[in-house]
Amino acid sequence: MAGSTNGARGARVLVAMSGGVDSSVAAARLLEAGYDIAGVTMKLWGGPSDTGCCSVSDVDDARWVADQLSIEHHVFNFGDDFERHVVTPYVADHAAGLTPNPCVECNRHIKFSRLLRRADALGFDLVATGHHARIVNGAGGPRLARGVDEAKDQSYVLHMLDASVLARLLLPVGETTKEEVRQEAEARGLVTARKPDSQDVCFITASAGRRKFLGQRIPLRPGRLVDSSGSEIGTVEALELVTVGQRRGLGAIGGGSPRYVLDVDAESSTVTVGSWAELDSEITPLEDWRWMDGPVDGPVRVQTSAHGAAEAATVDRIGAAVRWAEPRRRVAPGQSVVAYQGDIVVGGGTAARPVE
Amino acid sequence: MSGPSELQEIYLDHAASTPLRPSARDAWLAAAERHHANPTGSHQAAREARRTLDRAREQVGAALGADPGEIVFTSGGSEADNMAVRGALGARGPEAVALTTEAEHHAVHDPVERSGGVFVGVDERGIVDLDALADVLRCREGDVAVVSAIAVNNETGSIAPLREVADIVRDLAPGAWLHTDAVQAPNWIDVAAETAGYDMISVTGHKVGSPVGTGVLVVRDGVELDPLIVGGGQERGRRAGTPDVAGAVSFAAALTETVEQREGSVERLRVLRDALIDGLVDRLGDRVEVSAARTNGDRSHIAAGIANVCIIGVQSEALLFLIDAEGVRASAASSCSSGAQDPSHVLAAMGVPRDVALGSLRLSLGHTSAASDVERAVDVIAESVGRLDRFGGG
Repeated sequence: MAGSTNGARGARVLVAMSGGVDSSVAAARLLEAGYDIAGVTMKLWGGPSDTGCCSVSDVDDARWVADQLSIEHHVFNFGDDFERHVVTPYVADHAAGLTPNPCVECNRHIKFSRLLRRADALGFDLVATGHHARIVNGAGGPRLARGVDEAKDQSYVLHMLDASVLARLLLPVGETTKEEVRQEAEARGLVTARKPDSQDVCFITASAGRRKFLGQRIPLRPGRLVDSSGSEIGTVEALELVTVGQRRGLGAIGGGSPRYVLDVDAESSTVTVGSWAELDSEITPLEDWRWMDGPVDGPVRVQTSAHGAAEAATVDRIGAAVRWAEPRRRVAPGQSVVAYQGDIVVGGGTAARPVE
Repeated sequence: MSGPSELQEIYLDHAASTPLRPSARDAWLAAAERHHANPTGSHQAAREARRTLDRAREQVGAALGADPGEIVFTSGGSEADNMAVRGALGARGPEAVALTTEAEHHAVHDPVERSGGVFVGVDERGIVDLDALADVLRCREGDVAVVSAIAVNNETGSIAPLREVADIVRDLAPGAWLHTDAVQAPNWIDVAAETAGYDMISVTGHKVGSPVGTGVLVVRDGVELDPLIVGGGQERGRRAGTPDVAGAVSFAAALTETVEQREGSVERLRVLRDALIDGLVDRLGDRVEVSAARTNGDRSHIAAGIANVCIIGVQSEALLFLIDAEGVRASAASSCSSGAQDPSHVLAAMGVPRDVALGSLRLSLGHTSAASDVERAVDVIAESVGRLDRFGGG
């Protein structure tokens, strides 16, 4: 089977099946490769969802594919864990003026922690998912690498996976492109072959949006809008909804050149805006940085969003900051920052707020 | 993983659905083969089907202490419950309110909730708080269209004081129709005697050993209900749709046999149920709590064949997986539509802490249960809990 360096034929594998095409094909490939597999769909969110994730119909799709493959299918309810480790921190981060990445936290705490523990308890040797990323052999054990399909690569949101997790993980679709996955699903007659990709944050409905979701959980506070010299030039309706780098939705600030959010200070309820040039930064401070296999002293390429390009930079040994080779737009505090050497993830952490 | 197991199945999920009784199977086959005609027709074949249907109606009525004309065949318990609650509200008008307990099956709970109805709490045994019921009725008198109280709780087995509930409702809300969801009850209590004072009673076939798809709502003469399904005016205008003759005959056979054998099987299954609980306590210690007997261990109010236990420190979802792999079929709370285990609203209403309730396991016995099932189940559950203990509870 392509894409696997782990495990042996006959090993028991629990395949996380979201009801999407990637995990459907992942399951089919593992079965064909001789693994003893069962599918599981995690129920994470009890509320409404219209973003293509976590709904009853997705569970049905996963169950249907499992039936097509003649494998067992289970549903695990990790709703309490999801609320505690993903939703609550997401809300708290917004309240603090940060821009969190809940998919990363879900991978960190639910898919590759809670599910792994459950799989161990139930006697599975390995866990598999349909993520577009690869597991390669590194000096210090298995390492995470980009998927073959650059446009669909998900290594950024999986950057926290270390050797201890990767040794128990299979990513069967990372060696192929999304188009190949879809064609294979069609050829196998899987019911999910033409299902659209899931979008955005699964617990926030596209129809009601972030404003309504956060508004039901925390008071949305108005903020002062100031320019980079500190002069007050207006107000924003809800500080919690403002992201560094944002241009639209700041209300009327008067004429002149476009202005971008440079900083969100939740404590003083202040949003600072400035010109495109002022958005440039040479350094992005970090927190919770972790080198996967020891610090990399030389140049690396660093990515700061799920589908953004990686840019040349260095990261100091203790992971205090990224120093960019060329000045670039500020990174919104709270976003994941991931370093690569070639295709391989060598470190990751979170963008912090610059100390003035 | 391996496909259908060759292990012998230990079926401890009778409260979800109990195996087909041979008498019910025979009755179904005979009726299905004989009666091809629509019982609402006028020709001879139709009239014969009609007579068979009415004999089933008579038989069901006799088992439930109701006149044949009070038996409305439905597709099962959920339809019967919805008919009682929504039908009563619909007949009374926009001001009407439904009242029920916090420990109902979703088939009563949800229609009451959707209509903006009133919920009365239950105590730690899962039994409705009669003082609270009286208080609510005193405040609400006049606009209460229907009061519904579950007879035997599907999750915990708690048996309601049906006569006391009826006395309070008649006294304080004489204009309200009184309904009970007695879907679990025919196996455990004398439904005819205990529900004599009720206007509406829900019962379903697959809890007594006939196929899924047939149930009844007993509706006493004079009860005004807005029908859920209108059309051909069948079931005296209370429920339209071509009657399922074979289903009705099979249900009548299963219900009759259940009622006739009840006293003996209650005694037999109580012994097995107690052996099951005591065996688990022996093996696992006081981390095993009977959910409806947490305060003093008294099980006298719990249906004889139902053991809802919380095993502290394990996740029932993981436990169910492991025991299923060994052939032991059980459940936790009622399953939601996705198939996931949702935390039980019944245990929450009884004040069981959420972390304790996450380890709940409902083991329910029935007409096919044997002593060897219990011994094997205790072994499998204890060993599975031992494994989960090594993995943080699963």
